[in-house]
Amino acid sequence: MIDWALLAESWPLYLNGLKVSLILMAISVSASFLLSVPLAIARVSPNPWLSKPVFLYTYVIRGTPLLVQLYMIYFGLAQFEWLRESIAWPLFRNAWFCAWLAFALNSTAYTTEILAGALRQTPSGELEAARSLGMSTATIYGRILLPSAIRRALPQYGNELVMVMHATSIASAVTIVELTRTARDVYYNHLAPFEAFGLVAVFYFVITFALVGLVKLLEGRFLRHLRPMSIPSKAA
Amino acid sequence: MFLHGYFPAILEGLRSTLLISATSLSIACLFGLIGAGAKLSGSRVAGLAADVYTTLIRGLPELVLLLLIFYGGQIMVNALADRAGLGYFDINPFLAGTLTLGFIFGAYLTETFRGAILAIPRGQMEAGKAYGMTRGQVLRRIILPQMVRHAIPGFTNNWLVMIKATALLSIIGLDDMVHRANLASAATRAPFTFYATIAGLYLAVTTISILLLGWLERRFSLGVRKVEF
Repeated sequence: MIDWALLAESWPLYLNGLKVSLILMAISVSASFLLSVPLAIARVSPNPWLSKPVFLYTYVIRGTPLLVQLYMIYFGLAQFEWLRESIAWPLFRNAWFCAWLAFALNSTAYTTEILAGALRQTPSGELEAARSLGMSTATIYGRILLPSAIRRALPQYGNELVMVMHATSIASAVTIVELTRTARDVYYNHLAPFEAFGLVAVFYFVITFALVGLVKLLEGRFLRHLRPMSIPSKAA
Repeated sequence: MFLHGYFPAILEGLRSTLLISATSLSIACLFGLIGAGAKLSGSRVAGLAADVYTTLIRGLPELVLLLLIFYGGQIMVNALADRAGLGYFDINPFLAGTLTLGFIFGAYLTETFRGAILAIPRGQMEAGKAYGMTRGQVLRRIILPQMVRHAIPGFTNNWLVMIKATALLSIIGLDDMVHRANLASAATRAPFTFYATIAGLYLAVTTISILLLGWLERRFSLGVRKVEF
């Protein structure tokens, strides 16, 4: 039933798609992580002039579909003549740049909320101890708050990584030939949906569980202190 | 003229998006209840089947599942119809789209419902049985009313993710809000205006959902005291 010859023939295309998907994910995730650390600090700030704008940003991004955000950037911005005549236009005409921008901005909103949530869970004693030692706010964030908040956010951040990986499939809607676009092309050329989409499903499945496994490893390394202790048996 | 006269068409698209979301949600609830029932049934086979279902769905992007089920289903239905000696069937995109989304989010709701049922103290079900209630009565009088309260936060999340996921259905040709915006953009050369408009409408729908479900959660928690520190 399954056309193995077709799978063997299109295998190299899929490997190329895999490369594109992974690159897209890597650049989006790195940008969103770098952006969301300062934004999360602003989000938990007692100053409403800092926290409210960040809340507005995350609320709007999280309340609208990523596909529409991507269309707004890739198709939408061409509407503005001043942008088309500016030096930035070659960037906004490029599907890669637009997809990267949309994914990074989208993931930033979610990552900011995850990090802000973890920051809020800091035991107040830790902060008081740091203050009583005379640390400056920057030192407190650098040495106390961020390292422990990022560790605590790890399980949820792992989910976010999987979400971004899955979200890269949406780049297929703006001409980027990543995994899903590859599968759609193979489908249109051979009208073999089970082969075309089944193979790509295997790829996504493997990446997803590799990511989950990687995060588990990191959790074992960085959240070791939170692991339930095994109860020593009486015989020992 | 407001939105170059396309505003009624966009609103029609909003109606379609809401109809798709509501239909998919009902289907997802059905799959979710079946899945949660299977996981909690104690039956090895049913539990394993439900585990495969939720793991597979959560390991794949929604768009890939959508394409696989939509195009794969089309070929499968026609192969079956061919064997039965029936003519060619054109699969209705609305039916295929909502069934697929329902199937996908049923997997997420399975976990939500399972957690909600597990949050009800076992003693209550045992007490119900001790009073001579049947399984159905325990389910209807004890489990379901309390399950709703525990399930609402997870349910809200899934609903919000699902409304946004309906946008993907425009890719397989469903006439939803995004599709309307695509058409209007092509006709007027004002794409940003239309995509921003539908983004605003999505935001309105999610905001109203959050408010309504928050109210519902408070109603179902009337008898529960919150911890006050």
